[in-house]
Amino acid sequence: MNRNRKDIIIESLTGISVLLIIFIIISILAITIKGGWPNLSWKFLVEFPKDGMTKGGIFPAIVGTALMTLIMAVAAVPFGVITAIYLAEYARENSVFAKTIRFAVKTLAVVPSIIFGLFGLGFFIGFIGQNMDKIFNGGVMKWGQPSILWASLTMALLTLPVVIVSVEEAIRTIPVEMREASLALGATKWQTIRRVVLPGSVTGILTGTILAISRGAGEVAPILFTGAAYYLADLPHSLSDQFMSLGYHIYIMSTQSANVDATLPIQFATTLVLLLLTFSLNAVAVVLRYRIRKKAK
Amino acid sequence: MEDLKVKVTDLSLFYSNNQALKNITMDIPEKKVTAFIGPSGCGKSTFLRTLNRMNDLIDNVRIEGEVLIDGVNIYDRDIDVVNLRKKIGMIFQKSNPFAKSVYENIAFGPRINGITQKSKLDEIVEFSLKQAAIWDEMQGRLHNSALSLSGGQQQRICIARSLAVNPEIILMDEPASALDPISTGKIEELIHDLKQKYTIIIVTHNMQQAARTSDLTAFFYLGELVEINKTETIFSNPGKKQTEDYISGRFG
Ligand SMILES: Nc1ncnc2c1ncn2[C@@H]1O[C@H](COP(=O)(O)OP(=O)(O)OP(=O)(O)O)[C@@H](O)[C@H]1O
Ligand SMILES: [Mg+2]
Repeated sequence: MNRNRKDIIIESLTGISVLLIIFIIISILAITIKGGWPNLSWKFLVEFPKDGMTKGGIFPAIVGTALMTLIMAVAAVPFGVITAIYLAEYARENSVFAKTIRFAVKTLAVVPSIIFGLFGLGFFIGFIGQNMDKIFNGGVMKWGQPSILWASLTMALLTLPVVIVSVEEAIRTIPVEMREASLALGATKWQTIRRVVLPGSVTGILTGTILAISRGAGEVAPILFTGAAYYLADLPHSLSDQFMSLGYHIYIMSTQSANVDATLPIQFATTLVLLLLTFSLNAVAVVLRYRIRKKAK
Repeated sequence: MEDLKVKVTDLSLFYSNNQALKNITMDIPEKKVTAFIGPSGCGKSTFLRTLNRMNDLIDNVRIEGEVLIDGVNIYDRDIDVVNLRKKIGMIFQKSNPFAKSVYENIAFGPRINGITQKSKLDEIVEFSLKQAAIWDEMQGRLHNSALSLSGGQQQRICIARSLAVNPEIILMDEPASALDPISTGKIEELIHDLKQKYTIIIVTHNMQQAARTSDLTAFFYLGELVEINKTETIFSNPGKKQTEDYISGRFG
């Protein structure tokens, strides 16, 4: 076989795989839009589910997802930013401690999400929550059970690597000349970080936050045992309440409902909402990241 | 005889195992302009950066010898590097204003020194820009981004920014090498004005610039100080053959 033939074969193989991927994406979109779009309406977004989830809307699932990702971001972003600052600014590249953190972050990023769910159940609920009840609540069960707080914190662990990686990348794009200018003026290292490095990394912090939210909004496994509810007649009012979530709602309707076929239109519409939400969040993150990279050049 | 500002004794610097400065000894007078010249890679920037301890930021740098500023060794263990740098302004080859407004660039130093009062900051900003001879151009655009200015204006903003913390010494590393002749002329004029108040040390590759702006000139070669003398003397009657070859353009 001569070189040319080989090239042609490889080219066609890569071409076919690309087409296949595009075909799959378009099929997913086409199926969800076709099934979901006719059922999408303002009412669908602002109403509670009715008649065993075969009618009505998904309002509590939207609110629950929003609240959960918000609490998650409040926990994951500051923690992630601080870790990224440490890795980019303070850690010596070859120190054992820095290497350990990097290894931990990488490992965290590949742990299957169901493991986070189990960890959240064991650590947050079983250990922290139950001990909180013993110490502050006289043994009355309040924190030692699934709730939006524990689900959000579990999800925060899952999305932490996303935040750390984005923020560290952004911090590293701040040119050394900017840091030198600040230090030469008599700024301390921390003043330089706070007044020059972090303001220059805002887009990166934002990107990390959005990616984390979009990841957290779609995941189901971590909240399965830690706070998501099958059905609630009311929205969560406190951190110790359970909540409904979009992803879990789809899972419930497609596997646990008494009449799966009757919930199909709602399943499609909910999937469409979730897809639109994560796609648009990701699109914003892509644009922001593109801007950072362009600036770095 | 003029007052001594900086006294360097037997200073050597190593990047890992590579010696970049070799036993440099030199006196730098107060409120004069001292120029450093020499071929690329001879250690001018490295030497300049030992004077405000910017080399501390680089890993694996080792320094031997003494640098006395106002009689105090800045490499003593109990020296506060942050305070030292407040006393010494630095202008870099590539102008490096912050991605902030002109005003915020100038106010950066005063702010980190704890000045928060608006009227006081306004006053410092105006005074510094006037000293850097760029107030007239900037008056109406204080709140524009400094990055929107021309290269020459950016460099003068950087000079104004360093003046705002009231330094005693200003280190300039090829401050005009990226600028057109008109901007270069403005910077040179500015250097001339500033030496009434400040001790200025400037690295340059431009012989005419050294001749025009400086009182003393030091010639470096391969990490060594070949000679330092009055600028007229260096250019009309250098003491060493190497110096003569370099300034007459025979090498480097
Ligand atoms: N960060 C560094 N790490 C290792 N070696 C360095 C570093 N900076 C400079 N050097 C080396 O030290 C020597 C002196 O460099 P320096 O930048 O001081 O020269 P220079 O006289 O300023 O040159 P130029 O005129 O090109 O700016 C060179 O051999 C250079 O390769
Ligand atoms: Mg240099």
